[in-house]
Amino acid sequence: MKRTGAHALWETLLAHDLTTVFGYPGGAIMPVYDALTAFPDMRHVLVRHEQGAAHMAEGWAKATGEVGVCMATSGPGATNLVTGLADAMLDSVPLLAITGNVARPLIGTDAFQEADITGITLPITKHNYLVKSAAELPGIVAEAIRIARSGRPGPVLVDIPKDVQLEAFGGEIPRPHAKPEPMRPSEAAIEAALEVLRGAKRPVLMVGGGSQHAAAEITEFARAWNLPTITTLMGLGVFPASDELWLGMPGMHGSVAANRAISNADVLVGIGLRFDDRVTGKVSRFAPHAHIVHVDIDAAEISKIVRAHTPVRGDAGVTARRLAQEATRLDNPEWHAKLADWKTRFIRHDHWSAGYAVKAITERLAPDDILSTDVGQHQMLSAQLARFEKPRRWLTSGGLGTMGFGFPAAIGAAMAQPFVRSVVIAGDGGFQMTAQELATLTRYKVPVKIAVINNSFLGMVRQWQELFHERRYSEVYLGGDNPDFVKLAGAYNIHGLRASNEAELPSAIDAWLSHDGPSLLEVVVPNEHGVFPMVPAGAALDEMVETAPQGVAQ
Amino acid sequence: MTAYTQTSDFLLSLIVRDEPRVLTRVASLIGRRGYNIKSLSVGTTEVPGVSRMTIVVQGDRSIVENAIAQLEKLQDVIKVVDHALEKFVDRELVLVKVRIESSEQRIEVRHIAEDFRARIVDVGRRALMFEVTGDEGKITAFIEQMRPFGIIETMRTGRVALTRGSNADIPSHVYGEGPTQALEPVIN
Ligand SMILES: Cc1ncc(C[n+]2csc(CCOP(=O)(O)OP(=O)(O)O)c2C)c(N)n1
Repeated sequence: MKRTGAHALWETLLAHDLTTVFGYPGGAIMPVYDALTAFPDMRHVLVRHEQGAAHMAEGWAKATGEVGVCMATSGPGATNLVTGLADAMLDSVPLLAITGNVARPLIGTDAFQEADITGITLPITKHNYLVKSAAELPGIVAEAIRIARSGRPGPVLVDIPKDVQLEAFGGEIPRPHAKPEPMRPSEAAIEAALEVLRGAKRPVLMVGGGSQHAAAEITEFARAWNLPTITTLMGLGVFPASDELWLGMPGMHGSVAANRAISNADVLVGIGLRFDDRVTGKVSRFAPHAHIVHVDIDAAEISKIVRAHTPVRGDAGVTARRLAQEATRLDNPEWHAKLADWKTRFIRHDHWSAGYAVKAITERLAPDDILSTDVGQHQMLSAQLARFEKPRRWLTSGGLGTMGFGFPAAIGAAMAQPFVRSVVIAGDGGFQMTAQELATLTRYKVPVKIAVINNSFLGMVRQWQELFHERRYSEVYLGGDNPDFVKLAGAYNIHGLRASNEAELPSAIDAWLSHDGPSLLEVVVPNEHGVFPMVPAGAALDEMVETAPQGVAQ
Repeated sequence: MTAYTQTSDFLLSLIVRDEPRVLTRVASLIGRRGYNIKSLSVGTTEVPGVSRMTIVVQGDRSIVENAIAQLEKLQDVIKVVDHALEKFVDRELVLVKVRIESSEQRIEVRHIAEDFRARIVDVGRRALMFEVTGDEGKITAFIEQMRPFGIIETMRTGRVALTRGSNADIPSHVYGEGPTQALEPVIN
């Protein structure tokens, strides 16, 4: 076999220690798959749909903080990656996507299986490349990896025409770019932030997904100043849930304590978050009394949605450490008493429901377990009920809200962290969007534990129809045609079991979690339960509905 | 922040790498915010591999400011210069074809053109074509003066701008051999 662009690609990935690739072959990427046979140290994971490959790579990246790699052929293979790329873009996940394309002379001719994938993914990648020669291929891949993981991480796509893959390559493989130093904030900005903090009477710290790498520094910062701390959906685990200072999650399905704290704070320090509209509610009434200090590595995020009175541009970890070093303990018994009172206001889920099931499952998880979810009611319930002590233990699609994300992400995480238990909670709707990856589980014997919360509905959409469309349940009922999920698992030779009531659940959970190998638990729950508290779309955080309205099931 | 409140024109210069789609990246980033690019001029610079764009965007200040921050994140954008912050010179070139019905008109039109230092670039029996350079106001005024005679068609290049003074927006030693080496220190 002569050395080609395809070889150079694998060599470059190896040189960067990227040794697992989630992918699916096809005509325009066959030279790359052919060359793969010469690289026994590379692990290629064959998925059943390219969307699965993208989400597995995301799960890998979210669980480790390292770049995840996915691969597809041209045209339909490449377009099947699109959802995963958009998801990675919004959640700042470092991803490298490699796609094949038709040969250079055919590009732009509507050739068989041609799609302008660099054009299609322009707004949903941090950057992308169309490689024009084998000679430039390794340099581009190295650059793509650097971009994916530097600053605010994100997805980068490298599109390689088939004849470039086949072109002879005699060059050197570049050494990986050095990891950039984390960005230090200016001393002036730190001084300004310190001054605001020192004067705070009702402070609150809010941390987001951009702080996943900085949990130690954030925790140190919060404890040193005695700051009540909120973690966003993407920031769950950055601050230990067992700490008395933790107030829960903010926003649409946030805790009473978190949302009240925001509405009453006089100083709000936000670190590594972007004030998503699901977090802020009505922006004009978000944190109306607070002086806002916004720490972010991405200048374009600061004051994008919520005006930052004190902007601090810098890495979350470096900044939190600097602020911790200058700590003055802020004691305001009145504020803390108020927060303690609000913290007692939560829903207990003491009768059979999706919330009851999610609570029972999450209570049995160990602190090291990685919990992924899909999108919907079960996701918000998991976010409300699971208790994370460490970062990178919670994988969910926050920004894009991608159904079908959870299960493949859990597979990616399990492959990245083979000694950690990977559990996914999914809805009956979302699970079916990527359920074919059960085959991937079987093929690689990945011991992922899958819980399908079966409420026979597209639950979250049904909840909105119930509350805002006078119960007109338009096209949200799945019950009539859902598969038997236990049999579905069985069809792929995966262990499965079912619980349909309170009595069955505890032993079923134990059998499911302790099963040696992959296992699926279907939990059949009543149909019409809602997730509360809830801030209706467009309302302000202080207009939160704490419990289900009259006539609506909790 | 409410969009579409007070909109005004923003004159920006972008120093960009000469890569395919850089124009698309810039245009789609602005288009995504629902704003039109009123004018756009692109040309190569004295440094191989580096181009310069002058764009005029009409929009609300806070959103255009965020668009500038987003533009600065694009890998192929080396620098964005917001001309609102510095003194600058801007020019536009326009070709104007004016109808000529009589010899008196021809004389009159030529007189106006002289006042504007417009050059005649094509002479026909029934038309004259002028080339005018100047700032937006001058060009608009020229077109208004010619309008009564009958403008057949015009083509404007869009504005180009450079910051005043002896410094370059990016000193060329920063570029090194080519644009690729230039990027790191400049982006941050
Ligand atoms: C790909 C995709 N399509 C549609 C939606 C809209 N959506 C959000 S939640 C939801 C319902 C999810 O139902 P299910 O998976 O059964 O979970 P549940 O809410 O019942 O827990 C839908 C359809 C989405 N988020 N993603």
